[in-house]
This record gives sequence, structure tokens and C-alpha cells, in this order.
Amino acid sequence: MNIWIALAYLLAAVLFILGLKQLSNPRGARRGNQTAAVGMVIALLATIPLLHFTTAGIVVTILGLAIGAPVGAISARRVHMTAMPQMVAAFNGVGGGAAALVAISELLHAGTHPAFQLAFPSIFSMVVGGISFAGSAIAFAKLQGMITGTPITYAGQQVVNGLLAIAIVSLAVANLTVASQPIFFVTLLALALVLGVAFVIPIGGADMPVVISLLNAFTGLAVAASGFVLNNFALIVAGTLVGASGTLLTTLMSQAMGRSLANVLFGAFGQIQVGAGGAAATAEGKSVRAGSPEDVGTMLAYARKVIIVPGYGLAVAQGQHALKELADELEKRGVEVEYAIHPVAGRMPGHMNVLLAEANVPYEQLKEMDEINGEFPSTDVALVVGANDVVNPAAHTTPGSPIYGMPILNVDQAKNIVFMKRSMRPGFAGIDNELLYDPKTIMLFGDAKDSLTKLVAAVKAA
Amino acid sequence: MNSELLTEFTYFVLAIFVGIEVISKVPTILHTPLMSGTNAIHGIILVGAILIAANATSPLEVVLGFVAVLLATLNVVGGFVVTDRMLEMFKGRRAPAKPEQK
Repeated sequence: MNIWIALAYLLAAVLFILGLKQLSNPRGARRGNQTAAVGMVIALLATIPLLHFTTAGIVVTILGLAIGAPVGAISARRVHMTAMPQMVAAFNGVGGGAAALVAISELLHAGTHPAFQLAFPSIFSMVVGGISFAGSAIAFAKLQGMITGTPITYAGQQVVNGLLAIAIVSLAVANLTVASQPIFFVTLLALALVLGVAFVIPIGGADMPVVISLLNAFTGLAVAASGFVLNNFALIVAGTLVGASGTLLTTLMSQAMGRSLANVLFGAFGQIQVGAGGAAATAEGKSVRAGSPEDVGTMLAYARKVIIVPGYGLAVAQGQHALKELADELEKRGVEVEYAIHPVAGRMPGHMNVLLAEANVPYEQLKEMDEINGEFPSTDVALVVGANDVVNPAAHTTPGSPIYGMPILNVDQAKNIVFMKRSMRPGFAGIDNELLYDPKTIMLFGDAKDSLTKLVAAVKAA
Repeated sequence: MNSELLTEFTYFVLAIFVGIEVISKVPTILHTPLMSGTNAIHGIILVGAILIAANATSPLEVVLGFVAVLLATLNVVGGFVVTDRMLEMFKGRRAPAKPEQK
């Protein structure tokens, strides 16, 4: 490899590392993303001298770039804030798919007895890329509501998944030791796709961010393996960086939910149906107190301190601007307003921060869970806007509950609680929330944005 | 193990440590943008896809190469743009917040 190309790849790798470093600090985060993008452009330009273009090759390369770039940019620009998680899943899936295709192409090229150091990373890249592609597709479909977000389970599921994994490993070994045949590795790819689907369907929609993060790390490793196949330094380093940081990030995300990664992937949420059925049955007899916007508006207007707990319902209703207007109105009256941000509120960590920042909510008012939990006892009204699981006291009190042990916002300690929800339906985790039946709770049913607009009027009138 | 493979393996192992070290102190609010940003970085597979596509000779290679370039381009461009959109909002919050504080 030409020395200049190698140096350009090194520069790209350095920019990726610097970009990641900046991305983990709120101040430099946006610049970090741009730094990484510059690294990408350098890596792509440095690749040009390595190419021996065939006529058909030039045409399809330019065609692929010319179609992919605008489609990617426009869909990323147009996507609603609420749909960002599935967008990330989609972009991750296509990356995994590309890695698998590159690997297949190399395997087809390599003949029946390729060197182990070529064949092994090719098969690894194909299988892992395939799992990431299919898994991301299911994660996308779950978050987009194309298939149910509740776990899909059946008897013997773990056994079937285990057998799939064993079949993949055996076929891979056969392909490596006996002979590399298209029939082998195409079957392998098919099995990898099936495993990707089978692996993600039993995981609940609320856990999809963790799954997407894990699949993101998978794609990184598949890309690193492609780097070994193509003897390309840029692919090895960038792919490995993503594989390693993605694995750590996945663990951090599960920790933010108070659970282990194994628990997220293989279990707890799979068993909720039983628990949820039981909880719903006991809830039948309890009554809830529904209030009008005027009741709630008056209560808020004469409170001294209000803590707002935003959740996914706020994002769905696109109610962040109305919420900010309400907060402004309250502050005008001298009410102290703060926002309590649970680490996993919404569909992804950081989802609420992004949403509220869009509505120009001052950064200083956004409080993280540990910071604000002590303030609830001195709070007159906790206004829960479209959140549920993150304030469910079952996490403290019910050892059998799937969210038991998850850190929650201690809304139950506030003097009054207002829940703005569309219905009594349980949250994403599929479990009932006893707080909804608490005597100090008022329910304000309806779309969050509508209700907030009515509340603003009610506060003005109060 | 030949020397090229050994060198590559060295990069691989060192990159694991760098990858873990570099993000070890990330605050929760940046988890999503960071995931999205790393997602864009693995779009480097586009380099591999172009290496395959541009040198393609058989019709099968041409098709595989085309689809690989298309998917990888989506990954790179979409990944960086969507991350930028998330972070754009983080940046915008300070400036308009000032007048209200006063």
C-alpha cells in the first residue's frame, strides 16, 4: 500500500477517535460528529488510488453513491424527532447488510479453498452483518409500530435460538474445513438472517434502544472483520472502535435502566405477560380520579413548586412547545418550575433532552434523576406528561415486577400528582401503575398537546 | 501468522482499548447521539463496498457491489446527518435561554 494512502487512513482514524472523544462531552458533541465526518471523507478519498475501475464497476459505484447519498440525507432530515430511534436502527441495519454483501463477494471470489485468514473473517463478517441487518429491521418494525412492540414469545424459543446458533457455527466450520461452497455460505447467510429476527422478536419495544446499540456494536465488528479480509487499515480501526465503544455503551444503557444486559436480552420482559395480567386484574376494582383542565390549571397556578416529568407521550403528541408555554406562564406567576429527566424517558436515553431543547427549554431547568429525586417531597405538583414506567413505584415495591430495581423518579412523594395520559393503558413495559389509583393523583385524559394548550388557557384564567 | 496479519491484529487489539477508553465518561444525555455517531462511523464499510464494486467484473459482482455501495452510502450519509440533527438541538438551547433568565 502506498505510503500516502496509509498516512491518509491514519489521519482518518485519528479524526474518528477525536470525534468520539468530543461526542462524549455535551459542549463539543456536534463538532465531534463533524470531525468524524471529515475523517470519513478523507478515508473515502484515500481509497480512490486503490481502485482499478472496470466500466461496469464505475457505473454501479457512481450510481450507488448518487442514489444513496440524497436518499440518506433527505430521510435523515425529514424524520420526526419521535422516529429518530428507528431511523438509527435503519441506518445501522443497512451498514450490516453492506458488510455481509462485501463478505459474500469476497467469498465468491476466493474459490473453494481460501486461506483461513481470508475465509474466517469473511464468514464472521457475513454472519454478524446478517444478524445485524435482520435484527435492525425487526427493531425498526417494532418501533415504527409495523409489528407489535410487546415481546413475541413461544414455547421452546430459547432452544430454537440455541439450535440456530449451533447450526450456524457448524456450517461455518464445515465451510472453513471441508470446502468453501456458495451453497454453504448462502445457507449460512440465510440462517444468520433468521437468527437476527429470532433474537430480537422476544425483546420488548421499551428495550429496543439497548438492542439497537448492541446491533450497532455488531455491525462495527463485522466491518472490522471486512477490514481483515480486504487488508484495509481504515476498516479495521474504525470498525473495532465502534465495536468496542458500542459494547460499552450498550452496557451503560442497560445500567441506566437498572438491569444487566443479559436480563434485557434474554428474559425479564419476556415473562411480563403473566405479571401484567395479574396486576391488571387487581386494578379492576380501583377507581381513578379524572380532572378537568380547569381543575388542574388552578392547582398549578397556585402551587409554589412544580416538577414536570416528560415522557414518550409528550414526544408523540409533539407537545414540547405547548409545555414550554405552560412553564413560562407558570413562571410568570412566580411558580418554580423544573423538569425531571429520567435517563430512559422516551424511547432512548437523551430523547427528552433533545425534545425539550428543541422548544428552547433552558438547560438549567433540566434535572437528572439523582439530582431531583430529593426535591419531590417539597413539590406541590408533579406533572407527569406522557410518562409512566419511569415513575412506577412497583420498581421499589414489587419484587416480581419486570421493572423491579430500576431507578425511578420518586413522583409518589410529591404532594399532588397529575398524570396526563391518553388512556389508562399501561406503559411500554406493559405493567400496571398503582400510582394512577393513588388518592392524590388526578388524571387528565387526552392528547398531551391538546391538554397542555387547555392548561395554558386555564392557568391564564386562574 | 504472517507479518501483515500480525500488524492488523495489533491495530485491532489497540483499537479495542481506545474505543472503550475514549467514551468511558459519557453522560446519559449523550448516549443516543453517541450511538448514532458511532453508527455513522461504521459506515466506513463504504470503503470496502467501493473496493468490491469498482473492481467488479462478473454480473453477480456488479449487482452485489451496487447494492453494497448503496446500503453503505445510506449508512454514512444518513448516519452523520441524523446525528447532526440531534446535536443541533443541544447547541440551540443556550442562546435563547439567556434573555429569559434575565
